[in-house]
Amino acid sequence: MSNQKHILSILVDNEPGVLSRIAGLFSGRGYNIESLSVAQTAENSALSRITMVTVGDDHIVEQITKQLHKLINVITVNDLTDKKYVQRELMLIKVNAKPEQRAEILRIVDIFRCKVVDVGPEHYTIEMSGDDGKIEAFIDLLRPMGIIETARTGLIALPRDKKKSK
Amino acid sequence: MKLKGAQILIKMIKEEGVDTIFGYPGGAVIDIYDALDNTTDLRHILVRHEQAAVHAADAYARAKGTVGVALVTSGPGATNTVTGIASAYMDSIPIVVFTGQVPTALIGNDAFQEVDIVGITRPCTKHNYLVKDITKLAKTIKEAFHIAKSGRPGPVLVDLPKDVMAAMTEFEEPGEIDLKSYKPTYNPNMKQLSKVVELIKEAKRPVIFSGGGVVLSKASCELTKLAKMMNCPVTASLMGLGTFPGSDPLWLGMLGMHGTYRANMSIGHCDLLIAVGVRFDDRVTGRKDKFASEAKIVQIDIDPTSIHKNVEANCPIVGDCKNTLELLNSMLEGENLADISGNPEERQAWLDQIAQWRAASPQRYEQKDDVIKPQFVIDRLHKLTDKNTIITTEVGQNQMWTAQYYHFDQPNHFITSGGLGVMGFGLPAAIGAKAACPDKLVVCVAGDGSIQMNSQELMTAIESNLPVKIVILNNRYLGMVRQWQELFYDKRYSCTNMEKAPDFVKLAEAYGAIGMRTDKVNEVEEVLKKGLAYEGTVIMEFIVEREECVYPMVPAGVAITEMLLV
Ligand SMILES: Cc1ncc(C[n+]2csc(CCOP(=O)(O)OP(=O)(O)O)c2C)c(N)n1
Ligand SMILES: [Mg+2]
Repeated sequence: MSNQKHILSILVDNEPGVLSRIAGLFSGRGYNIESLSVAQTAENSALSRITMVTVGDDHIVEQITKQLHKLINVITVNDLTDKKYVQRELMLIKVNAKPEQRAEILRIVDIFRCKVVDVGPEHYTIEMSGDDGKIEAFIDLLRPMGIIETARTGLIALPRDKKKSK
Repeated sequence: MKLKGAQILIKMIKEEGVDTIFGYPGGAVIDIYDALDNTTDLRHILVRHEQAAVHAADAYARAKGTVGVALVTSGPGATNTVTGIASAYMDSIPIVVFTGQVPTALIGNDAFQEVDIVGITRPCTKHNYLVKDITKLAKTIKEAFHIAKSGRPGPVLVDLPKDVMAAMTEFEEPGEIDLKSYKPTYNPNMKQLSKVVELIKEAKRPVIFSGGGVVLSKASCELTKLAKMMNCPVTASLMGLGTFPGSDPLWLGMLGMHGTYRANMSIGHCDLLIAVGVRFDDRVTGRKDKFASEAKIVQIDIDPTSIHKNVEANCPIVGDCKNTLELLNSMLEGENLADISGNPEERQAWLDQIAQWRAASPQRYEQKDDVIKPQFVIDRLHKLTDKNTIITTEVGQNQMWTAQYYHFDQPNHFITSGGLGVMGFGLPAAIGAKAACPDKLVVCVAGDGSIQMNSQELMTAIESNLPVKIVILNNRYLGMVRQWQELFYDKRYSCTNMEKAPDFVKLAEAYGAIGMRTDKVNEVEEVLKKGLAYEGTVIMEFIVEREECVYPMVPAGVAITEMLLV
């Protein structure tokens, strides 16, 4: 059994302390959190959706899923890994942009269809979204310019079929 | 009807059928104590340390088969409950712990006696709550009891700010509990069950392994019936002792680290293991890949996380133990009995093999006439008491000898801190059990070390008129740790010598109990008889062999068939 990345989509009660229950479960049992994003859902303000990327073999991920289910505030846990889903991550990246680098950066921004959201005398801040492959590729291309700082939301995902995810 | 928060709390506790709670007052719960003062039909037992309130509630729940309740103040009162809560969590015992909290307006300000007890107990409760709004109080309490006792039971904590307890509101019945995300699976998958029937028919060397889940779901009769129908030997974990009669010829004794030779060998050689309400703790399995390695494993448990956690089951069934066994038994009754109980020759060969193991290495000790053997005391205690006696234990060798030599015939009569192994559990547990079952004889088997961890509870037993009998096996050592030092650390007895100890007879007397002591083999029975017959609380201290070890023993991480024998 090999370690594999799993995307878990977790619907929880939108209440104080719920995130701490989930984070505590992961740290207490030694499970991995690669990324995590949380927000109230638009369809029901009493619920939040947590999208979490975790790594483990089948055995561990089975335990993670079952342990999450056991938390009273967790309503559904959906492992999207073997399903059809769309995934996105949003990144803000601040990069050096000396006058002689600007044209090249804008070209890359154009190719990746993202946009510059803030300009300074010597830097750009760029907003980009995509799956993690695209984001990594983008970072690699900008690295030679000198990356100042980045902020990433972590992956979010939804299954492709029309049904509400369970 | 207008009620104060504190009155709503008491009303809701009573509606759960709880007649006794265990607690300790303080500033944050003074309104609750004030309301208790006007309550006649809810008994409050005043402990001498909050840890004891939780252990007592735990034992009350176990002895009675209901939910136990503890009530403590904020801050230090709340933190003192953590060990008790963690123990109940590991043993899946339904208790509800109510903690006082500073007024809502002060929460988060490091107010006097404020702690984030909800945060502290998150990993050791089944669920917990902070009630900030009096209109949610009744419903939250009802939910807390519901969660504590349903599915796989466990402790629930409810944190109650002082202003919420003091406030008044129009009381509204909370109605039925409906938690959309919490629906335990009580009924098993029938397809899986019919697979079990086939596995039973194919089995030549079956073993049933019963655990704490069988106690909790009250499935002991069903389990016994299954064993009889199958003519199948039965073993149990520490938590499962009493779920199958210890006097029955099919009984193998406990399995695991200090299990009997025949139980562990049977696990090593069986071809079908029916595990009911167990979680395959490492103290049970030893080296996991060698555990029941020749067997198909059927595992019945209400908690899906127990399945495939430590041991891979070939036929997992999620469901309540009682429901599942009932259904399984009725399916088996529809079959030809001869198919269920196996080929007579093969089954006899299996039972003969087990009898041989038993003869080769019975559970034994040798009592000469000089020094008292601790096992001998338990052996006599068993002979002198009947099966309705409730036995609680402390932790260590005293606990294991009780498990080995007191042959429990009924569930809910052996009360021990299994998963967490809390020294200091036994005495408060005995008090809780006595409060639950005032007509039963309650005995606490203790070690000289453990009893010192909560000996202040002698006062509770006396004051509340809950007489308990304490048997101290005094080896002047933290014996279980010393045993490991003897066997695995070249006898370097670092910090396990307990020769400096109080005079336990005088200690008993200081609290108004009576104390007896002997170091003579021929006085053991007499002391026990006298102590058990005395109507009040009593300490019976037995000065026992200092360096006696608990055998058999499976060293940690070794296959359970590779035992160190006597
Ligand atoms: C609260 C707590 N602290 C430490 C331990 C570790 N421990 C397990 S058994 C044991 C020795 C218990 O000594 P005693 O009560 O005299 O029992 P004996 O083993 O001698 O029968 C200790 C220290 C524990 N289980 N619980
Ligand atoms: Mg001792």
